[in-house]
Amino acid sequence: MNKRRFYFIAAIIILLYLIVILIGSAQISPLVLLVSLLATTISVATPLTLGALSGVFCERAGVVNIGIEGMMLTSAFFGWFGAVFLNTIWSVPPLASLLFGVLVAIIIGGLLGLLHAWLSVSLKVDQVIGGTVINILAIGITGFLNRQLFFEKNSIFGGQIPHAPGVLPRISIPFLVDIPVVGKVFEQQPIAVAAIVLVIVANFVLFRTRWGLRTRAVGEHPRAADTIGINVYKMRYWNVIIGGMLAGLAGAYFTIESVPSFEPLMTNGRGFISLAAMIFGNWTPFGAWAAALVFGAAQAFQINLQQFRAVIPPEWAFLQYSYVVGMVPYILTMVILTGVIGKTVAPAADGTPYEK
Amino acid sequence: MSIVLEAHGIRKQFPGVLANDDVSFDLKKGEIHVLLGENGAGKSTLMNVLYGLYKPDGGEIRVNGQAISMSSPRDAIEHGIGMVHQHFMLIPVFTVAENIMLGMESVRGLALDEKVVAERVRELSRDLGMELDPNAYVHDLSVGVQQRVEIVKALYRKAEILILDEPTAVLTPQEVEDLFKIMHDLTNRGVSIVFITHKLKEVLEVADRITVMRGGKVVGSTTPSEISEAELANLMVGREVSLTVDKAAAQPKETVLEVSNLRVLDNLGTVAVDDVSLTVQAGEILGIAGVQGNGQTELVRALTGLARVSGGSIRLDGQEVANASPRRITELGSAHIPEDRQKDGLVLPFPVMDNLVLNTYYLPPFSQGLVVHWDRALENANQRIEQFDIRTPSAMTHVGTLSGGNQQKVIVARELSRPIKLLIASQPTRGLDVGSIEYIHGQIIKRRDEGVAVLLVSTELDEVLQLSDRIAVMYRGKILAVVPAAEATKESIGLLMAGITEKKPA
Ligand SMILES: Nc1ncnc2c1ncn2[C@@H]1O[C@H](COP(=O)(O)OP(=O)(O)O)[C@@H](O)[C@H]1O
Ligand SMILES: [Mg+2]
Repeated sequence: MNKRRFYFIAAIIILLYLIVILIGSAQISPLVLLVSLLATTISVATPLTLGALSGVFCERAGVVNIGIEGMMLTSAFFGWFGAVFLNTIWSVPPLASLLFGVLVAIIIGGLLGLLHAWLSVSLKVDQVIGGTVINILAIGITGFLNRQLFFEKNSIFGGQIPHAPGVLPRISIPFLVDIPVVGKVFEQQPIAVAAIVLVIVANFVLFRTRWGLRTRAVGEHPRAADTIGINVYKMRYWNVIIGGMLAGLAGAYFTIESVPSFEPLMTNGRGFISLAAMIFGNWTPFGAWAAALVFGAAQAFQINLQQFRAVIPPEWAFLQYSYVVGMVPYILTMVILTGVIGKTVAPAADGTPYEK
Repeated sequence: MSIVLEAHGIRKQFPGVLANDDVSFDLKKGEIHVLLGENGAGKSTLMNVLYGLYKPDGGEIRVNGQAISMSSPRDAIEHGIGMVHQHFMLIPVFTVAENIMLGMESVRGLALDEKVVAERVRELSRDLGMELDPNAYVHDLSVGVQQRVEIVKALYRKAEILILDEPTAVLTPQEVEDLFKIMHDLTNRGVSIVFITHKLKEVLEVADRITVMRGGKVVGSTTPSEISEAELANLMVGREVSLTVDKAAAQPKETVLEVSNLRVLDNLGTVAVDDVSLTVQAGEILGIAGVQGNGQTELVRALTGLARVSGGSIRLDGQEVANASPRRITELGSAHIPEDRQKDGLVLPFPVMDNLVLNTYYLPPFSQGLVVHWDRALENANQRIEQFDIRTPSAMTHVGTLSGGNQQKVIVARELSRPIKLLIASQPTRGLDVGSIEYIHGQIIKRRDEGVAVLLVSTELDEVLQLSDRIAVMYRGKILAVVPAAEATKESIGLLMAGITEKKPA
């Protein structure tokens, strides 16, 4: 990520935070407010970061994946179902059930990745259409099964919304967490921590390892890779499967880490915002993470401002309308995508099937 | 000397074309074996078979006397075969070292070990008397240097057999000389080289042995001492061809095109044409020589109204046409044979008939009011097909299915069949066979003799030297010099193409 982009991101986040702190300081101490803003930012950014990493792996290998949204939604459902099933039917303790649910979500994501790879690498279906198929499939399957499994009289749960295993507990980072007030930032749920670790891992894998070099090669110039004996199809398959697994983990965030329930359409466009973050981040893990944090900050801005509606000064009256602040994250997405902060460059063979 | 590589009875069928028909070929240790043939003769196909990229439908490959089965380039690399492809197989956004190690990476633990690779790249390139910066990005390198990266890439894989597919097509004359030196260095060390080309002069200069292909078959095998250039040409084309262009001295008249201080930006916003001034007179051919990518493309696009002019003026027959529409420029009597015939010259899915009236369909006799008279367009097409000897099944055949030479003839027929004052021909014979080249050169000379001003842009130095009356050399967006063709030599123009201007004695 270049300097200009970094400053741009830092500036936006600071600006959003400052507005909230200026308004809210009438009621809450700025430091406490800052900690709460940071916590919301990191939490909201988690599925976006993972979704963007999913996109980075697929597109670096040359496969456009707009099915991330659908992969997230499907994984969210099956992960939730797995956790609830273990917990209620087999009476497995909550934590073990939840971890199993995460595993299910990752596997489901991987399988959808495999489906997408099969469509776009082997069958050479137009990749945008392939991704759309997955998105539509996801809405249908999760909506239908949600009704059948949880709400039908004679379903396994007997038409009762099952007692939930709850959400993944927070883990705290030793020592840092003991700092007064600010320490709370270092107390996060596991998938949020995993997302940050995965950013670092993904960056290393893509830019420092043999796997990453070959992945980028098949995404830039598959024929060149082929002429030196790299198996283009195999590299693309595996990277799309890895991407699917990352989207699956993002899905687990919704039902196993954020709230203990599944609702139809609950991913609510996050998969698409992930793709925006990936593009803004110029197809790099750190760039994508930074962009995800901007969206997280915008969300934190929105949530907090609604709380302080009563104390918004009259000259900022427009901020009292929830639809005005509610638009902020989406307006930011559009502004960022117009490329005001310089052009991004996609991998050269992104979206093009390879013909031998 | 022992035979290191042998292909026996190779057959390769593509949909509709038998690209290799019972082809046999062998390579001896330490020799340069030239494979000569026109475009489409099947040379690249044969080499791709030997390199494991294409699976042959029949035949046998032997390396050092042993029959081997090849299913992927990996097998070829293992047997010591390296190939520099006609279109380079480098990844522009990777560094030299990354490109070279790709597929054979050195690692320490999990991480790539770029230091070891960089050291080895420096070593290999120093051995060949050149300096390669392992950390440079490939997109920053000239094509000549990129080619060296390709050669080092093959040697890094310990290639004992090196296939060079049309390596000289993209080089300046000096770079060609350097390449030949490198090739001889390599053969002295025992590397065996297959060198593919369709340029006759080069063949006689470097070959130890020559194999000629035509229409998917081997039509002859010889050595430079046994054959002349003209005989080689006849063997390659399959009939008598004339290698020289016959033309009388030019009779230049009034100025038709006058370009002053022209500035054009390319699509990235960098200056591609930098303060260029030139004139072309009626009845003369001004040739523009230069290595691909030195602003010729942008110059032509600006002159034909396809690119924005950001400074200077273009006067066509006395009228200012900088930033005028292509249609206005066409109507003022300018004809254009574009560099990329498939993209800018033709509508490939349209029939020959439509393509022949692309710039006149809205005028009488083809149109009256809102009605297009297709019967007249068809009549016109049949006449042109006859007159320009376009080989097509019918006027209604889609132009995209014709061969390159015939596609070019369609463009030439369209552009030259109306009254014109200026002809701008960009790479008019790129990729064409000797027969079509002969024909198109003849047409260009004919127009000149009829009083048309001709601006010829070509990266083929021989073409510029043969056709032009005056020669301008373009380098990095500027015209370095304009010299009368009579005073130009291959060497003097070649130096200018590389940006070297002789210092005048003080
Ligand atoms: N991948 C391919 N698919 C179909 N036809 C091909 C392919 N490659 C080459 N050909 C055809 O095979 C013939 C030989 O081509 P090629 O070997 O590239 O010739 P050369 O290298 O001698 O110019 C041509 O008619 C060409 O159109
Ligand atoms: Mg070829």
